[in-house]
Amino acid sequence: MTKKTWENFKPYIWLLSFVIFTIGSFWFGFNPGKTIYRSFTESFIEMIVFIPFLFIIVGLFDVWFPKEKIEKYIGKDSGIKGIFAVIILAMLQAGPLYGAFPVAYILYKKGASIKNIFIYLGAFSSLKIPMLGIEIGYLGLKFTLARTLVALPLFIALGYFMEWYLKDKNFKVNQI
Amino acid sequence: MNNALIFISFSVFTSLVSFLLDRQKTILGFKKGLKMFQNIIVPFLNILILVSLLLFIIPPQLIVKYLGAGSGAVGFAIAAAVGSITLIPGFISYPIASNLLKQGASYSTVAVFMTTLMMVGVVTLPLEIKYFGRRVAVLRNLLNLAVAIIIGLLIGIIL
Repeated sequence: MTKKTWENFKPYIWLLSFVIFTIGSFWFGFNPGKTIYRSFTESFIEMIVFIPFLFIIVGLFDVWFPKEKIEKYIGKDSGIKGIFAVIILAMLQAGPLYGAFPVAYILYKKGASIKNIFIYLGAFSSLKIPMLGIEIGYLGLKFTLARTLVALPLFIALGYFMEWYLKDKNFKVNQI
Repeated sequence: MNNALIFISFSVFTSLVSFLLDRQKTILGFKKGLKMFQNIIVPFLNILILVSLLLFIIPPQLIVKYLGAGSGAVGFAIAAAVGSITLIPGFISYPIASNLLKQGASYSTVAVFMTTLMMVGVVTLPLEIKYFGRRVAVLRNLLNLAVAIIIGLLIGIIL
């Protein structure tokens, strides 16, 4: 097997071993294997009934609200509009929080206020649209709404606090 | 099932509106969505396999004991600590959180677990320090931990 085919094959190892394990379990009547398979199908169904639709929505969002357009509204004196812009911008992103740090640097370079940089980080961490979708799917609309509505004002307050605290402390974001 | 209905109706509705406004853009959006779905589906299946295995290995009584309905402040603290320290990507943590709820964990425990996972990163702190400096990075994490605890408590009151 060449290195390339191995790289292509690698992501499917778990899946393939699981299929073999499950077939084996049913063949030989291995009960733990059957139980694991049953709990897998349960969670598989739980996922597959909403994930494809979630990505239709996310894809449409991506073409209708391009990130570049929103970045225009982020400046030092952008006021409420700026807060809205960073929150929307953060919601359109994907990935873990450490992926947001380079973006924070770009925002800083573009002249975003301290407040907006931290509001961005807050919104990035917990209001990303794809993640909200998965959250609704798994934990329900009620939980997601409650968590979001509680979190949002706290993030904004945190942004104001950081700006007040760091005002004369020559805050900067480094590029690495 | 209820959730699936929300997603299906919302995606059908947005697709229709989008299609009426701009056919080309809609098709482009579908393609983008499909691409993202393709990127996520195999890792997602792997996670589901892993969670099914873990659920079999870790006895439910253990989860209930430490994070379940009767675990109170201790369960809440465990959830906050585990969420702060570990680095679990979102789409992995939601199936776990959903299982915790099914095993009897309270909404507020699950909320503090999810929020600390998202907002507090002990593992990534060295990286964060490089960007923001030690003082700001540590302060951000501490404040976010406080916010996560407040969110957890409020969710417990609301739901």
